[in-house]
Amino acid sequence: MSEGATAAHDVLLVGGGAAGLRAAIAIAETNPSLSVAVVSKVYPMRSHTVSAEGGAAGAIAEGDTLDEHAYDTISGSDWLCDQDAVEAFVQEAPRELLQLEHWGCPWSREPDGRIAVRAFGGMKNMRTWFAADKTGFHMLHSLFQTSLKYTDITRYDEWFVTRLLVDDGRVHGVVAIELMSGRIEVITAKSVVLCNGGSGKVFPFTTNANICTGDGMALAYRAGAPLKDMEFVQYHPTGLPFTGILITEATRAEGGWLLNKDGYRYLQDYDLGKPEPTPVLRSMELGPRDRLSQAFVHEVEKGRTIESPYGPIVHLDLRHLGAKLIDTKLPMVRELCMQYERIDPVTELIPVRPVVHYMMGGVHTDINGATPIDGLFAAGETACVTINGANRLGSNSLPECLVFGARAGRAAAEYATSAKQPSPAVMRQADDEVRRLEQMRSPDRGHEQIADIREEMQSTMEDSAGIFRSGDSLAKGVDQLAELQQRLDRIQLYDQTSAFNTELVAALELANMLDIAETILHSAVQREESRGAHQRTDFTTRDDTRFLNHALAYRDSDGSVRIERLPVTITRWPPGERVYGR
Amino acid sequence: MADSIRMQVTRYTPGPDSVPTVAEYDVPLRKDWAVLDGLNYIKDHVDSSLSYRWSCRMGICGSCGMNVEGEPKLTCATFLTDYAPGPVRVEPLSNFPIVRDLVVDIEDFMEKLPRVKPWIIRDDDVTVIDGEYLQTPEELAEYKQFSNCINCMLCYAACPIYGLEPDFIGPAAIALAERYDLDSRDRGQRERLDVLIEKEGVWGCTFVGECTTVCPKHVDPAGAIQRYKLKAAKENLMTFLLPRAAR
Repeated sequence: MSEGATAAHDVLLVGGGAAGLRAAIAIAETNPSLSVAVVSKVYPMRSHTVSAEGGAAGAIAEGDTLDEHAYDTISGSDWLCDQDAVEAFVQEAPRELLQLEHWGCPWSREPDGRIAVRAFGGMKNMRTWFAADKTGFHMLHSLFQTSLKYTDITRYDEWFVTRLLVDDGRVHGVVAIELMSGRIEVITAKSVVLCNGGSGKVFPFTTNANICTGDGMALAYRAGAPLKDMEFVQYHPTGLPFTGILITEATRAEGGWLLNKDGYRYLQDYDLGKPEPTPVLRSMELGPRDRLSQAFVHEVEKGRTIESPYGPIVHLDLRHLGAKLIDTKLPMVRELCMQYERIDPVTELIPVRPVVHYMMGGVHTDINGATPIDGLFAAGETACVTINGANRLGSNSLPECLVFGARAGRAAAEYATSAKQPSPAVMRQADDEVRRLEQMRSPDRGHEQIADIREEMQSTMEDSAGIFRSGDSLAKGVDQLAELQQRLDRIQLYDQTSAFNTELVAALELANMLDIAETILHSAVQREESRGAHQRTDFTTRDDTRFLNHALAYRDSDGSVRIERLPVTITRWPPGERVYGR
Repeated sequence: MADSIRMQVTRYTPGPDSVPTVAEYDVPLRKDWAVLDGLNYIKDHVDSSLSYRWSCRMGICGSCGMNVEGEPKLTCATFLTDYAPGPVRVEPLSNFPIVRDLVVDIEDFMEKLPRVKPWIIRDDDVTVIDGEYLQTPEELAEYKQFSNCINCMLCYAACPIYGLEPDFIGPAAIALAERYDLDSRDRGQRERLDVLIEKEGVWGCTFVGECTTVCPKHVDPAGAIQRYKLKAAKENLMTFLLPRAAR
């Protein structure tokens, strides 16, 4: 242990959701001699994986193939994913989901006891495993409970990581606040895996939990690792107004319809196929999320949506599915609608609108989760491998957490077995960080309020980088964020208490989100084309000549964003047209 | 409907002489607002030092349990209008030490959880190569209800036994043991019974049933405890009749 460090481990996982726990178990199983620890700002079973509803894709059904899962994913990504990563992903996903089955996940079943699969958006075959409509909840609790079996996994529950210690191009550990006591501690490690989830909270209206503030992305970015493809933000087409609570795509997979104010299945007007009474794969309501959210905006423009106190909405109609199907396969949807909208989807229409759901971008990694910083790995939504490219398909993110969580865990373990002890230089960095955190709480910094800056950042992001963007809207957003960064330095913290100081955490999260927001806008400015979830009104078509490549956002020493480009890896599927419903 | 409601919120900062106090805040009363929205309003606009846990705000992460008007509730799924015209009292969950304001210390539960071995225990070497364990929808239904626990701690806050006997392993942990016992893939009943047959196990419960009443996910921990008591009673009888090796 370095002098002054609280604890030393071989591998440190930051984040205790599906990716972090899968990584921890992978290390405990393959290298039991290594000291492995999970540090998380919430108890692991509170992680945002818990909110995932619809399912997890893995090709096992008769007649399905790995190549078809790969093709759906690649065409869904508008050809911006890396195809070597997708091939590894589709191959390993079924095995990982089976592993979860062996660990007790209560997957829904066929009458004969085999795993059941359901349809999902953008998928040509039925391949989405599900545990009713609480798939993420059951996966997370199965992983967490299984992890308890490995008593050698150390946990730092409710510790907030504020900085990565990096010296000479190599990671050496983290500085973190133990929330219960407020103590600032140093945990050294030979390798670190970032599994902190996404950053939907940079937008005002999101399905994401309060904890999804892009902490892992910001930690990596400030330490010098690039963030990849940050301009691609997924709007899920069906969120409840006001709360942003997700109504799962599984509602449409089970046969739900999207209706405009005339009761018309409007998706037929947007090259997504013809309306049939029962669901057709890769068609209409089972099209990809980017196209469905864009169709909603066009309906608003045509005046065919319904006004609500929270802006325009359309209706999701499940009434024809009947109470029995809804209660068996979509019980949480009924529960959420009754609780939060006071309506019963068995007899009433559900009001929905697009809602920010997922970051396709994240920390740039290779196929084993390695970032350009030695010893630093990332997996799950925090990372960008990328299997998602410009648009993720529903039910690919849960298996992504498992496949690349396990891969990153194993790679981090292997790295740790050969790495040297942390250098003394990092303790000086740790001292700097302690001083910085103490200064944040000093009086007379200014009169800015956390909530004000957060709300302005969120509205800036929606106005400038929503479902449709333009050079003008983005440029305006860039200026507004630069101003908010200045104001961030003048935030006054009032809470001088050490124990569970959530005001300090909120300030640190806001700083993380502002950095993430800047990378989103700068990446979006430079991508002068429309692809997947990135739709520019001033560049309306896909431009493979200039932009069949990734954007890598680096933080320059003066805090500004620098974008570099990286070619997309193409193995067997040359770029083509995305065809749905025909 | 009035346009505001008074919230009476417990405030507490640890320190040698500190005791919990109550602060009053007026917050907007809106049809869609949960108690949690009221707390967020206070934190964002009135007093940024107020501390409480919350995350998913859709009733599944289990973070935001508090006592609302004396009843353990998920504050993201409990609505201010149900308490109009107010005031509405918001306190930390009972039976746990207070860390700060509305935040309680649940480490006791986190330490108890692994004791019931909440994972699949097998007596063979089956691996994923061998494919899935078959489990019919009927077999799944046997334990499904007990698998829906979100560890929100409302049942511990409601349990008078846990309040008096902190060693009692408690409703959620027993429900989870039963969840794995009833899972057709599991062979660990024997190991879990060894834990739950102890006096801190199921025998602590005097069947008040409050745990099941307050459970926001209809897990029915009281039902799980009843089933376990039958198993334990049967086991005690066997102990009396047979030497251990023969069981």
